[in-house]
Amino acid sequence: MDHHSQSAAVRARGIVKSFGTGDTQVTVLKGIDLDIYLGELLLLVGESGGGKTTLLSAIAGILDIDAGDIDVLGVPLSALPAGRRTQFRGQTMGFIYQQFNLLPALTAAENVAVPLLIQGVGRAEALRRARILLDRVGLGERAEFLPKNLSGGQQQRVAIARALVNEPRLLICDEPTAALDGPNGQKIMELLRDVGRSPDRCVIVVTHDSRIFHFGDRMANLTDGRIVGIERIGQEGTV
Amino acid sequence: MNYVALKMLFGDRAKYLMLLCGLTFAVMLIVQQGSIFWGLMMWSQANISNLNVPIWVTDPGIAQVDEVKPIASTGVDRVRSVDGVEWAVPLYKGLLRARLADGDYHQITLTGLESATLIGRPAQILEGRFEDILQPDAVVLDQWAVERMGGPAVVKVGTIFELNDKLARVVAIAKTQKSFTNIPVVYTTYERAMRYVPRERRTLSYVLAKAKDGVRVEDVVQRIRTQTGLGAFTEEEFGWKTIMWVLKNTGIGINFGTTILLGFIVGMAIAGQTFYLFTVENLRQFGALKAMGASTFTLARMILLQAFTVGLTGYGVGIGLATVFGFLTASGGNLPFAETWQLLLMVLVALLAICTFSALISIIKLARLEPAIVFR
Repeated sequence: MDHHSQSAAVRARGIVKSFGTGDTQVTVLKGIDLDIYLGELLLLVGESGGGKTTLLSAIAGILDIDAGDIDVLGVPLSALPAGRRTQFRGQTMGFIYQQFNLLPALTAAENVAVPLLIQGVGRAEALRRARILLDRVGLGERAEFLPKNLSGGQQQRVAIARALVNEPRLLICDEPTAALDGPNGQKIMELLRDVGRSPDRCVIVVTHDSRIFHFGDRMANLTDGRIVGIERIGQEGTV
Repeated sequence: MNYVALKMLFGDRAKYLMLLCGLTFAVMLIVQQGSIFWGLMMWSQANISNLNVPIWVTDPGIAQVDEVKPIASTGVDRVRSVDGVEWAVPLYKGLLRARLADGDYHQITLTGLESATLIGRPAQILEGRFEDILQPDAVVLDQWAVERMGGPAVVKVGTIFELNDKLARVVAIAKTQKSFTNIPVVYTTYERAMRYVPRERRTLSYVLAKAKDGVRVEDVVQRIRTQTGLGAFTEEEFGWKTIMWVLKNTGIGINFGTTILLGFIVGMAIAGQTFYLFTVENLRQFGALKAMGASTFTLARMILLQAFTVGLTGYGVGIGLATVFGFLTASGGNLPFAETWQLLLMVLVALLAICTFSALISIIKLARLEPAIVFR
């Protein structure tokens, strides 16, 4: 894929983020430059504590950075006021977490409908659209199940449906297969790869799971707060 | 998001029930203790409300209704001469001992009403005719007198007993509000009361009066005070004066106040702590909602909805239980229990304060919550 012909969904320049103060201050991101393009699935890999989750949070606009600029879909995220940033996030981004973070009291369909309810969509319409998404991830018949009655793989598929229900252009996934066994992890990644192939969307996946590397288009290695390499991944999954 | 908030609340059944129990207990305790307290206060001024007259004229130094300080017998005419007074009648009220036919003695409150008008008579008669009080030696008892003097088998219409060695014949039984001291009340005419009681220089206990139509009672009361030098109160003022005396001179106010305060504190502690735990344990979920675009305002609204939903449910259940308690224990007026709308309104305000406090500590936690928590 020729990136020069693609639009950047995320453009990060000189991102610096530290935690703590004085002697205990730790700089987690040390000047990150990174472009992520529409129509691609980018894997963000690296050792634990290297800053992957911090970078993910910064791109999502849920963590303030100390220096640098982040543009998401052409919008300078770090310049937006907090309220506007929250609204922008709700309209353009979807999230998939390692621990699913489904609301235990809500059924699968209700969980999927939550982002729409936040955007002010009526409950009946939100649930109708949620059921369509659940059908797409193969859980149409379990729409009224509570999360506790679903397997880990099914819960993650519900989480994916929830992430996609408001048709986000940027899908942010933190270790989406870490709590799943091999076959379930593969199924989840197939779903995410399909989303990433849409020309007006992109998917960022933080992962340690080498079994899913072949699903990515590119892989960025973040070590000790710096991007130490970005590699394209071949059709056969070879780097 | 109201739907999501309520599902989250009801979904965590154990915490919901714990919250509900805490608030229900607090409401029940406050309503039950408040109703008993207010019931006692009503009892303390029952000797005023049972007579149901608009103006009480007393000795200027009077403290409360049961502490009679007799005034000069000219008091009635002096009050009648005050501009704006429609009528004024004498009232005798004093303690005597009644001796029953079996030789048993009982202390009673003798109430002497003016015979021409019988102003101050009880509104409800359970047995007999009150007007028969005009017959020779006739007296009327209240139902508590019957109860205290041995029950209906011993004291009934037609029973004869002695008051200060003089005959008294029961012609009727009246229904009245129980008084704080629960001393049996024996009604008779003012003139006959003078025959029953030992000779004293002053025998007029109170003057009961009414303002003319179109004249403010408060204005007439003020005129009576100014022109006669006597004490004068509206029925409500005298009632409150008596209540304040009881509160000041007994431990009732402090005892009940402490229990009510404890109910409030316990309710606040249980609700606040449980609600805070509920929020903390759902922090990742709230973080996820925040990450998905829910503003702090939206989350605060959800928390407030949850707090007020469980609060108002607890309010309803608590009041229901307190009312059942009152119905079971105080029916028939044997125990003081006055569940007034003012009390329920005050409890509602207290409960809303508890819920707001509980919600606020959770909202503060959520306002400080970084949605990045969902990635940890």
